[in-house]
Amino acid sequence: MAPSWGHPNLYLGEIFNMAAAGISAPQSQDAAIGQTGAAEFGAPKKYTTESIVGLAVLGLAIAWIIWSFASGPTLFLQVLTIGLSNGALYALIALGYTMVYGIIELINFAHGDLFMLGSVVGAIFLEQWVGQKSSSATAWLWLAATMIFAMAACALLNVVIEKLAYRRLRNAPKLAPLITAVGVSFILQNIGIQLNGSAPHSRSSVLPKTSISVGSIDIRIKYIVVVAVTIPLLLLMTWIVQKTRIGKAMRAAAQDRDASLLMGINVDRVISFTFALGGALAGAAGVLFVQVNEQTRYDAGFRLGLIAFTAAVLGGVGNLLGAVVGGVLIGVIQSLNDGAPHFLGQKWTQTVMFSILIIMVIFRPGGIFGANQQEKV
Amino acid sequence: MLADFFSKMQPESAVGQRILRITGIIALIIVIMAIPDHVATNSAGFLPLGTVVLCAVYALFALGLNIVVGFAGLLDHGYVAFFLFGAYVAAFLMSDFGYQVSARKGSSEHQFSFDVHFFTAAADTIKGIHVSFWLVIIVAAIVAAFAGLLIGAPTLRLKSDYLALVTLGFGEILPEVFRNSDNVAGFNLTNGTKGIGPVDQISTGYFHNLPKLPLIGKIPPTIVSADNKTKFYVIVILCALFVYVSLKLRDGKLGRAWMAIREDELAASLMGVPLMRTKLWSYAVGAAAGGIGGAFYATIVGTVNVDSFTFAFSIIVLCAVILGGMGNVWGAIAGGVVITWFSYTGLTYIGGKVNSGLGTSINLKDYEFGLFGLVLVVMMLFRPQGLIPATRARQVKKADMKTANDGDEDLIGFGSDPRVVEEDRLGYGMQGGINHE
Repeated sequence: MAPSWGHPNLYLGEIFNMAAAGISAPQSQDAAIGQTGAAEFGAPKKYTTESIVGLAVLGLAIAWIIWSFASGPTLFLQVLTIGLSNGALYALIALGYTMVYGIIELINFAHGDLFMLGSVVGAIFLEQWVGQKSSSATAWLWLAATMIFAMAACALLNVVIEKLAYRRLRNAPKLAPLITAVGVSFILQNIGIQLNGSAPHSRSSVLPKTSISVGSIDIRIKYIVVVAVTIPLLLLMTWIVQKTRIGKAMRAAAQDRDASLLMGINVDRVISFTFALGGALAGAAGVLFVQVNEQTRYDAGFRLGLIAFTAAVLGGVGNLLGAVVGGVLIGVIQSLNDGAPHFLGQKWTQTVMFSILIIMVIFRPGGIFGANQQEKV
Repeated sequence: MLADFFSKMQPESAVGQRILRITGIIALIIVIMAIPDHVATNSAGFLPLGTVVLCAVYALFALGLNIVVGFAGLLDHGYVAFFLFGAYVAAFLMSDFGYQVSARKGSSEHQFSFDVHFFTAAADTIKGIHVSFWLVIIVAAIVAAFAGLLIGAPTLRLKSDYLALVTLGFGEILPEVFRNSDNVAGFNLTNGTKGIGPVDQISTGYFHNLPKLPLIGKIPPTIVSADNKTKFYVIVILCALFVYVSLKLRDGKLGRAWMAIREDELAASLMGVPLMRTKLWSYAVGAAAGGIGGAFYATIVGTVNVDSFTFAFSIIVLCAVILGGMGNVWGAIAGGVVITWFSYTGLTYIGGKVNSGLGTSINLKDYEFGLFGLVLVVMMLFRPQGLIPATRARQVKKADMKTANDGDEDLIGFGSDPRVVEEDRLGYGMQGGINHE
C-alpha cells in the first residue's frame, strides 16, 4: 500500500475543501487497487452492514454530544476550548507520526518520547538557564527562543535516531524497525527520567493566567496562545511540503521511493529532512505543553504519543491534513470525555482513546477521509 | 546450548539417539533439582533464590510470547493482557474476595458471600472461593486463551505494524478497565486500585506424603511465602510442560504452518494454510502460557494489584524473546532468565560492585529501561537472530556452507549468493534480509 498524501499535485487547501464538501481526496494509484468494493466515505451509494453500524454509532455519538451540550452549555463550551487547544498540540505530534509513516511506513513509537524530551529540555532552558518564571514581555521573547531551541534540539535528535537506528533497517522485515522503535522509545524515556526525575516535575508558565470572557464562557489566554502558535507552524509546514523543492522531493519519495531514487532524488537526505521536520513540530508541541499544563513528566510521551497516533490513524496515516483534523477531533473528544456532562470522566480517558484507535484500525484503517484500504485475508 | 549439545552428540542410530536424549534429560532434571540448595548456599548475594523463581516465571512468559512472535511472526505489544487475566483468575478463585464481594443498589448493600472450598490449602474458617492451584492454572490457561481469541479475532487480519498497535491498545485498556471496575453498576468486580489479596498458597496435594527425597527433601503440604525452593520446583514443572508443548507444536503440522506464515503469508495461504485459524491458535497457546504464569505469579506475590500490569512488562518479555532468539525455545528461556536476573538482582549487584570498585555512586537500576531499550536496538541492528538462533536458521546456514564447500549446485534453492543466507539467519524468513549498506 502506498501512503496517501493526497494527490501529489493537490494542495492541502484543496484537499480541505474537498473534505469539507464530503468528497474524499483522490488516492495514489497503488492505494486505489486496494479499494475495490469498499464504500467511499461521504458517497454512501450502497449500504453495507458495516457502514450502517458505523453511521448508527456516529449518530449516537452526535446525539450524546447534543445531550451533553443541552445539560450544561457553559461548561460544555469551556471544555470545548480546552479540547481545541489540546487538539492543536495533538495535531503537531500526529504530523510527525504521519510524515514518517508516509515516507518509510514505520510507526515511530519513539515519537511521543521525543515530544516529552522537547518539553523537558524546553522547560530546563526557560527556567534554569534563562531563569524566566513569570509572565513578562522579556519572558515571552525568551519563550519564543525556547521554542526555537527545543525545535532544533528535537529535530537534531530525531535525525540522529534515524541515522543510527532506523536507516540500516529500512529494507529489513517489518518486525525489526518496529521493535527498534520501541527500544528507542525506552532509551528516550530513560533520558527523560535522568533529566526530569521519575516523579512529575512542576514548572511555571510564563503565559498570563488571565482569561477572556466571551459571553458566559471564560477562555484562558494560554489556550488561545497555543492555537495562535500552532496555526502559523502548520501553515509553514504546509508551505514547506507543498512549495519548496525538498517538500516536492518528500512527496515524491512518499509515493515511490525507488522511482524517486531513479529520478535523482537523494532519498536518504529527504528522509532525514522528514524526521527533522517531525522532530521540530514535536519540540514545539513539547514547549507549548509545558506552558499549558505547568508540569513535565517522563512518561507523558508514551500516553500523549499514543493519543496523537490515534489522531493520525483517525485522519488516515500518511495524510497530512488528516493528522491535523484527527488531532483536533481527538483533542475535543478527550476534553469532552474528561470534563463535559454525561461523559465517562478522566479515569476512562485511555479506554476511550484506545477504543477509537482499535475501532478505526479494524474498520477504517484508511482514516475518516481515506478509502477503506484494509488488507483482508 | 542444550540444543547444540544434542546436535553434536547425535550418533547415527535412532536407538542411540534416544538413549542419549533420555540421559540428557535425566541429567538436566538432576541439575535442576540441585539448583535451589546450591544457589541458597553459594550465591545468595549474586543470585538469590527469589530471583531464580522470578527468572523461571519470566522464562514461562517468554516461552508463551515466543510462540506468537517467534513461531508465527506476529508482533504482540500487549502480552500483559494475558498475564493480567491469569493473575485475576487466581485472585478470584483463590482468595477471600468472593466472600467480601458486594453490590450496592441505592442505599441497601447486598453481600454475596460466596464460600466455596475445593481441594485447597486454605482452612475452612477462611471464607471465600478457594480452589486448588492446580485447577486454577487450568482455568487461567483457558480464560487467557479465550481472551487471546477475542483479542485476536478482529485484529489478526491486520498488517504487522497495526497489529502491534492494536495489541498495545488492548494492553493499555484492560488494566484501566480492571482498575475502574470496583463499581460496575454498584457491583464491586475487581476491588479497583486496592487490589485483591491475600491469594492462597499452593497446596501440594498428596505429594507431601512422599518420603524425604534426595536433593528435593520433604515436600511441604502448602508452599509458604518464604519457601522459594518448592516454588522453584513448581514453576520449573510448568516451564517444562510448556517447553514440551512448544517443541511438539513446532515440529507438528501447526508449527510448520506458523513458520510458513512467518516466512511468507501469501505463499502460505496459497499452499492451503488457513491463515486466521493458524494465527488464532498461536495467540491462544501463547496466551495460555501467559495465563498460567500470571496465576503462579499471583500466588507467589500474594496479592494482585492492577498497577503491576504495565506496558513495560510486555516489552521486558519481548526483550527476552528477542535477546534469546526469536523462534528458539531454549533461547526464549535463556533470554527470560538473563533479562529477569538483570532486572531484579543483576543491575543492583553490578552497580554495587562498580561503585565500591571505582568509588562512584551510580544507581545502575535507574538506567534499567534505557538498557532494555538499548538491548532491543542493538539486537535488531547487529544480531536480529538472537544470541541462540533457532535451529532452522542454523540448519539453513550449515546446508549452505556445505553446498558452498562442495562446489555443488544449489540444493536448497536459496540461491548461490552466500550473503542471502547470511542475512536470512534471522529466522524471519526470506522476504529480504537486512540491508547493511
